Amino acid sequence: MAEVKVAPKIIPGEIAVQGVSKSYGAIHFRKEVVHNCSFTIERAKLTVMVGPSGCGKSTLIRLLAGFEPPTEGTITLDGAPITEPNRDRLVVFQETALFPWMTTWDNILYGPRARGELSRESLEFGEFLLHKVGLQDFRDKYPGQLSGGMQRRAELARAMINNPKVMILDEPFRGLDAMTKELMWEYYARLYEENRRTNFFVTTDIDEAVFLADRILVMSNIPTQVRATIEVDLPRPRKIIDIFENDRANDIKKQALSILHAEAMRSFSRGSKAAADFVDAYLKRASRA
Amino acid sequence: MKKFLSSPAFWRGAASIVVFLVLWEIGARSKQWMSPEFFMPFKELLGAMGFKKDYLPWIGAVPAPSGVLKAWIAVLGQPGYWQSWYMSMFRVMGGFVAAMIVGIPFGLMLAVSRVAHGVGFPVFEVLRPIPPLAWVPASIIFWPTQELAIIFITFLGAFYTIVINVLGGARSIDVRYFQAAQSMGSSRWDIFRRVILPGTLPSIVVGSAVGMGITWEVVVAAEMISGGGSQQAGVGGGLGFFIWNSYVGGSYEQIVVGMISIGIAGFLSSELLRWGGRHATPWLKSR
Repeated sequence: MAEVKVAPKIIPGEIAVQGVSKSYGAIHFRKEVVHNCSFTIERAKLTVMVGPSGCGKSTLIRLLAGFEPPTEGTITLDGAPITEPNRDRLVVFQETALFPWMTTWDNILYGPRARGELSRESLEFGEFLLHKVGLQDFRDKYPGQLSGGMQRRAELARAMINNPKVMILDEPFRGLDAMTKELMWEYYARLYEENRRTNFFVTTDIDEAVFLADRILVMSNIPTQVRATIEVDLPRPRKIIDIFENDRANDIKKQALSILHAEAMRSFSRGSKAAADFVDAYLKRASRA
Repeated sequence: MKKFLSSPAFWRGAASIVVFLVLWEIGARSKQWMSPEFFMPFKELLGAMGFKKDYLPWIGAVPAPSGVLKAWIAVLGQPGYWQSWYMSMFRVMGGFVAAMIVGIPFGLMLAVSRVAHGVGFPVFEVLRPIPPLAWVPASIIFWPTQELAIIFITFLGAFYTIVINVLGGARSIDVRYFQAAQSMGSSRWDIFRRVILPGTLPSIVVGSAVGMGITWEVVVAAEMISGGGSQQAGVGGGLGFFIWNSYVGGSYEQIVVGMISIGIAGFLSSELLRWGGRHATPWLKSR
């Protein structure tokens, strides 16, 4: 890692979400997915958002990335309102969104090429990242030829080459087998610990949240709001073996689980909403398509 | 290649063709073995079914493969036969390439622009169900030469399929690819060039392969109907006309020669397309 000097300086950003609501659907089926939601993604910290699946986390990500505007409220990055997708806030998607028709190398270079910024520096930085994510032998392979873990690493590199102020990760390790997943946790934690970029990581997995986070935001079910904020004061660098035998980590996990459990019970006791939930799921799918 | 020749798949395929030819030969020769009296017991029954009393549709009415082979060898030396190949190939390729040149941009435009879709799609959808062969009289009137008329009809055969596939392919590109490209700073043109175009390529290949099949169906029928180009009536009017001419001339072996020739020509053009498609979409190979 001698050529670290080629890496451009990282300027971490801070995102403030204030009173944000988001509704979908026409008048009659109008459904508020996010309601009056406020939180801060603190500068140079790894914030992990956990919540039950289908609680509107992906909606929040689309708002943060600027793919959709909020119905109410404001989202700002370092004070400037977010109006459109930008390289400042890059999303690493669920499953993989690597372009299947490009090799690993072309995928990584996508951003600089798209902006017409391909230079000797960006090529060197790309080379550096390629080695960093351990894919130097898979440089000319297509995503379909890579394993799940390799695809996620390639995608991390594709985002990092743009040197975003904030990295947004939407359940990036979902669908990986348990072993690969834990390796990716350590790997990703090390990446973060090295550069301390602002990271916003969304997951449904409590273990993942506790292992990675500086702060955990526990979300309520739809309409989405922040139910609790937990500061994770575990030492870094973190190792899987240490964390799972750490009492403090287990306490944090229990704390988060009890909040999530209460949240689940609360939405359960609100009566049978099976039909409404079905409509929600349907609308969400429709709005996504 | 050696491996292929010794594989069970190859031998199954070869056996299948040999058995087919043998059965065909036996069937064709059965005419000589079975006297008309053979059918006597069924005469009343066949009559009731509407057949002429001494005639039964039987594979014996078809020329035997041995006879076809003889006729084929005889025809191989005639320039007219090769001229037919050339004419049909020329028309298919002309119509097909034109369909790609017009159809791919048109399909992409319908997919990308809401305005183009609103304006272009209704007309397209009304014209699409009209079978290409229904265009034969109109296009003979419209186009100055019969050659152009046939190429136009061939063009129609591939055009609709290509457009529909391109449109569907471009529309089914995962929205996350657009979001990712947009976030990383792609302009609209860049997204078109590096996301939409390669993302649609597999559908273009599929649409073209299906379109190629239709072109051969259409060209043969068009040649039969139109008389294969008036200038060269008699010889060199394409494989469709070759078949028709053999039928009129009572050379039944030659009909089958023409049919098999079309089969081979269609197979060759599909293989060519598949080969091109594999090279255009190398990322699909590895799956």
